[in-house]
Amino acid sequence: MTSQAVVQVENLSRFYQNQSAIKNLSFSLNAGEVLGFLGPNGAGKSTTMKILTGNLAPSEGQVRIKGFDIIESPREAKQQIGYLPEHPPLYCEASVDEYLKYCAQLRGIRRQSINKALDVSKQQCGLSDVGRRLIGHLSKGYQQRVGIAQAIIHNPPVIILDEPTVGLDPIQMRDIRHLIKKLGQEHSVILSTHILSEVQATCDQVQIIQQGELIYHSSIETLNLSQAPSMTIGLNQPPTIEQLKQLDQVTHVKAIDEQRFELFFEGESPAQAIVQQSVQQQWELYELIPGQQSLEDLFIELTQDETSVDPEVTNK
Amino acid sequence: MIITIAQQEIRTLFLSPLAWIILAVIQVLLGYMFLAQLDNFFLLQPQLSQLDNVPGVTDIVIAPLFSLAAIILLMIMPLITMRSIAEEKRNKTLTLLVSSPISMTEIVLGKFLGLFFFVFILVSLLMLMPLSLFIGTPLDIGKLLSIFISMLLLLSSFAAIGLYLSSLTDNQTIAAVSTFGALIMLWIIDWVSEVLPRNQEVISYLSLLQHHQTMLEGIFNSADVAYYLIFITVFLVLTIRQLDRGRLL
Repeated sequence: MTSQAVVQVENLSRFYQNQSAIKNLSFSLNAGEVLGFLGPNGAGKSTTMKILTGNLAPSEGQVRIKGFDIIESPREAKQQIGYLPEHPPLYCEASVDEYLKYCAQLRGIRRQSINKALDVSKQQCGLSDVGRRLIGHLSKGYQQRVGIAQAIIHNPPVIILDEPTVGLDPIQMRDIRHLIKKLGQEHSVILSTHILSEVQATCDQVQIIQQGELIYHSSIETLNLSQAPSMTIGLNQPPTIEQLKQLDQVTHVKAIDEQRFELFFEGESPAQAIVQQSVQQQWELYELIPGQQSLEDLFIELTQDETSVDPEVTNK
Repeated sequence: MIITIAQQEIRTLFLSPLAWIILAVIQVLLGYMFLAQLDNFFLLQPQLSQLDNVPGVTDIVIAPLFSLAAIILLMIMPLITMRSIAEEKRNKTLTLLVSSPISMTEIVLGKFLGLFFFVFILVSLLMLMPLSLFIGTPLDIGKLLSIFISMLLLLSSFAAIGLYLSSLTDNQTIAAVSTFGALIMLWIIDWVSEVLPRNQEVISYLSLLQHHQTMLEGIFNSADVAYYLIFITVFLVLTIRQLDRGRLL
């Protein structure tokens, strides 16, 4: 691990004609970190990734990958990046082996090491058995894996994945998240998604972007800590909210519907007290769920005030 | 790196049946014409033998054959070049090239080299027909070489303009039709030269096939070669600029 940031983005802006897709974006990523890029559809996630990989020119600002400017020395900068775009760039009429070999050659891997690189990336992505099959005949999940294999074949320090789990079934999703976690141990990974649990499961850093602006940036750990602990309870014979508030440690009560309540508390969990009270006063407790969907709450809270914007502007 | 892209270009070209069918169809058509020209020559031969300083078999059979080949290929080359960049755009695979550590110039040169290789195979196959005459008669090797080079340059020019028009769109049909239109325009552009006598020289100089014609007659003029080379360079540079522009839009 080096102290210098691997990816450094400064004051990045991008305009399509007069509309701005991203405004004044700045962030950096260190080696061995996984950054989750969150945002509603059309928030500018893909645009940012296209700029990071040199597929789009920024209107203003700078991108440095391992110290190489993407505009001034694109060849060196691109050598450091593996990129899986939104639509995996696959040649359907080629076999997996042919395709990966071509990608390896494009990334300037020497002839002697190509076969080895091929084997390693196939093995990492679970493609060892389908090497001879045509990409066009593979299922969507396997195609997505080929896309990832293509991005990691030259063992780049930075891996950029644009919505890697879109259109996959839950088992494939789990496999790919697993893979991303594994990759995150050696490489820096930037991952865009609108699936929140994915970020919580895989990322070290989370970044929320809305309307092209960075509205939240923090590490997952601080995010989890900063969240006030809460739990949801369901009672068949509920008392008044006032009664619930008088329970030990409970600071705030929110009614979800007539029978279910969200309790916020400090310090020790009041679960024990709730169960006891429920028995004594016959509240008939039937449900008790410790709160956990913190990121989702945060996400909705941060992005909701502006959901009434014209979708045409954002869908660029 | 250029070679890698060229290899891939050739591979995709020959993976689809299109390239094979085009090669076969051209070979059949021109083979038939070649035989027809030969028959003509045999009819003329008794009369020719009584004259002095007569044109040889190279002039009577081979030059007209390749003059016709140029026109047939003018209609067929757009089908070869149309998918080159348009298809990569449509399938989003251009991203793979753009995000790899290679420059736009290398991408375009690689694509062009792939197309040039196809052209080379095509012209070499066609040259086998006149070469078969060696069995029965001596041929003018200098003229044959001039024809060969002229065909290569002409078809490479077709390829260059086709590549450029393919980079403008993600629709193969549009690329093919516009290439077809541009090539025909460059063929017929000198047909007005008699109506516009003042600009006659300029206009007939622009015509692609005009330069081909002089080289078929065995006049190897460096101005004609330069014309082709400039033509190719201009369209390759335009293609590079077009791909670069894609990042700004």
